[in-house]
Amino acid sequence: MNPDQALPPLLSLRGIVKRFGGFVANDHIDLDIAQGEAHALVGENGAGKSTLVKIIYGVLAPTEGTIAIDGEQVRLNSPEAARARGIGMVFQHFSLFDNLTVAENVALVLPRRESLAGLRARIAEVSRRYRMPLEPDRDVWSLSAGERQRIEIARCLLQDPRLVILDEPTSVLTPQEAYGLFETLDALKAEGRSLLYISHKLEEVQRLCERATILRLGRKVASCDPRQESPRSLAALMVGAQIAEIRPAAHAKGEVRLRVDALSAEAETLHGVDLAHVSLSVRGGEILGVAGVAGNGQAELFELLSGERTVERAETIIIGGAALGRGGVTARRLHGAAFVPEERNGHAAAPDFSLAQNVVLSRHATGGVVRRGLVRYERARELAQEIASAFDVRKTGPDPAARTLSGGNLQKFVVGREILGEPKVLIVNQPTWGVDAAASAAIRQALVDLAARGAAVLLISQDLDELFEICDSIAVIHDGRLSAPLDAHAATREEIGLLMTGATGGQQEDLHAH
Amino acid sequence: MSPAILELVLVTVVASSIPLVIAALGELVTERAGVLNLGVEGMMIMGAALGFAAAYTTGSTIVGALAGVAAGIAMAALFGLLTVALAINQVAAGLALTIFGVGLSGLLGAGFVGLKRDGAPQLNIPGLSDLPFAGKLIFGHDAFVYLAFALVASVAYWLTRTRSGLAMRAIGDNHESAHALGLPVRRTRFLAVLFGGACAGLAGAYLSLAYTPFWAPGMTAGRGWIALALVVFASWRPWRVVLGALLFGGATVLQLHAQAASLGLPGQLLSAAPYLATIVSLMALSIGVRRNGAAPAALGQAFIPPR
Repeated sequence: MNPDQALPPLLSLRGIVKRFGGFVANDHIDLDIAQGEAHALVGENGAGKSTLVKIIYGVLAPTEGTIAIDGEQVRLNSPEAARARGIGMVFQHFSLFDNLTVAENVALVLPRRESLAGLRARIAEVSRRYRMPLEPDRDVWSLSAGERQRIEIARCLLQDPRLVILDEPTSVLTPQEAYGLFETLDALKAEGRSLLYISHKLEEVQRLCERATILRLGRKVASCDPRQESPRSLAALMVGAQIAEIRPAAHAKGEVRLRVDALSAEAETLHGVDLAHVSLSVRGGEILGVAGVAGNGQAELFELLSGERTVERAETIIIGGAALGRGGVTARRLHGAAFVPEERNGHAAAPDFSLAQNVVLSRHATGGVVRRGLVRYERARELAQEIASAFDVRKTGPDPAARTLSGGNLQKFVVGREILGEPKVLIVNQPTWGVDAAASAAIRQALVDLAARGAAVLLISQDLDELFEICDSIAVIHDGRLSAPLDAHAATREEIGLLMTGATGGQQEDLHAH
Repeated sequence: MSPAILELVLVTVVASSIPLVIAALGELVTERAGVLNLGVEGMMIMGAALGFAAAYTTGSTIVGALAGVAAGIAMAALFGLLTVALAINQVAAGLALTIFGVGLSGLLGAGFVGLKRDGAPQLNIPGLSDLPFAGKLIFGHDAFVYLAFALVASVAYWLTRTRSGLAMRAIGDNHESAHALGLPVRRTRFLAVLFGGACAGLAGAYLSLAYTPFWAPGMTAGRGWIALALVVFASWRPWRVVLGALLFGGATVLQLHAQAASLGLPGQLLSAAPYLATIVSLMALSIGVRRNGAAPAALGQAFIPPR
């Protein structure tokens, strides 16, 4: 049935188990990759994909199971051993060094005997052959995510690997950058190299791969040819259940509830982004999306809108008619605003605090949980329970510590905590990052429903699918500048993608003027 | 000031900056690998005590210097065991190391207080060392001075031009990624800590063997702390450390002359002047570097391999 049957597979895993204490990340996984095959590893966050590829690349040691290369059993004790066997890897969170140059980053993984002098020429050669523009002398911190990824890929290719592992390579790219990446990957396939492509974006898997292994909760649940499957059937295999579709609610636009007028601010952190003349307005009933590649000022924008940082001029930020640019978080919350930061552990929630205590943290001024300086834990626990039942938060025990919840459940909790307060303005940053599909759908539905009840929602997200799914209009942030908003129903992914790369999108104008 | 006196002043400036150059260079390497060792003062004073004890007992300056280096390495090994191998908090361990070193050096050096021996011999090349003005300044120091400058040049070259230097900088920048690439994070850090200890020990030995050839408890007088500050204000660059150390040395010598000339300023204020001058001028230098941009990103973070 398989023409390559005579040859042993390039890589063959048998019964791989990885335990971290009591937690089983990989549970008896088998996987074969033939020479020249593009193989997809598909699964939800937490399905064990990253753990498995780290085992293949020698970063983690398996608790049980065997690895064979060309039919010969091997032990991969270190990434160096894996590289010597022809395995290369492009990491999801880039394993680059910000304060080193591009050439220095590449030099680090080459064999010891390799001279650093000839490196520049070889980088240029790889850059030309795979059409990946690279500048050897730039410091890495000054590069975009797409450029960083090209370094990772070039670094990997300089070792002439037979198998290239890519861990969610498009998650940080603009659509155009992703297109460039696929051209490079096609060239690799044409040279007969094998690919192990990890993703939860099913269109990409279908575009690139001829076989797919699907993981769920650490186990292999299916193996298939992704081109014979529909995205929905693959998604169902991945999640183990059908995913509800978002019901967009038609809703009338009310008055402007959030207005930002020419907000400029210098970055406060190393390698941060300066914001320049950011203006926007969101009306009641409207969801405005802010698209953009990570690190273009989203974090700074959120800090300034939430009041974690204040601005000089009070009129720069107007919430529900009140000029609150100089007001802190609590002042803004008292005027009907609510905020969900990106980082759920440590920013949106204190990991070692119980859920009730976390309710107090964000609702101490607005939730009726504090009276005359004393915390009413009775009421806080009631609220936590209300949130948990309204948003289907799965938890162990009546009031567990926040860190014991899974990522998706904690995210539902912190979003629910703000939404149940019925804010007039809600500002959320990356509400579904690293959250499984079912929980993502629930969170998006909650945002749509909140807008339908008349609140203004500002959604900062890097996920274009999410933005197109629930936003009324989308503005793009690039290098600290915000484009004019585009109508989400008329705009195309290409338009948004171009703005994400910094191409100018015409004059900054108020869409609501017409 | 006549040229001859100016030359003498400059020679003493160089001499008083040398312990800072050596100690700060060691700490620079340690920090570039991502480890913050606040125990410089403790390692330095152990080097001073044991260096003097060994030199006095054997009569050899070289044996004394080696003993100082060994004392610094031993102290650093203890620190490395705690922070690199056992991942204990680096700030706490470093402070403990300083307190421990100051105490232990007082105990071990108790029998040597007040004893005198000749300082390290100075280079004397007939002809060259007698050149007007530059002769003594360039060719008239003891071996420690030349060793210090050779060390700075080698470390600067090693950090930027060699593969192992590059690997160490990478480890200090991002130990997770370095580990994922297969670089030996903990081994490299341990060696960097030992190098820092060796340098601090040598700097201490210089104090008790060459700078003021006797041993007194607490004789490092906060130079270890100045060395630590120098590394930060020098933006983790070797040659800037030399610049900062010379500034400090210059200010030290100047304030001595000012005290001698009795300008009417309180002596305590003048004694504090070198510290102030060094910090102010290096701050001005480092303002150009945007937002502390040169700091190793993983500085002070313990690394625990995820296997």
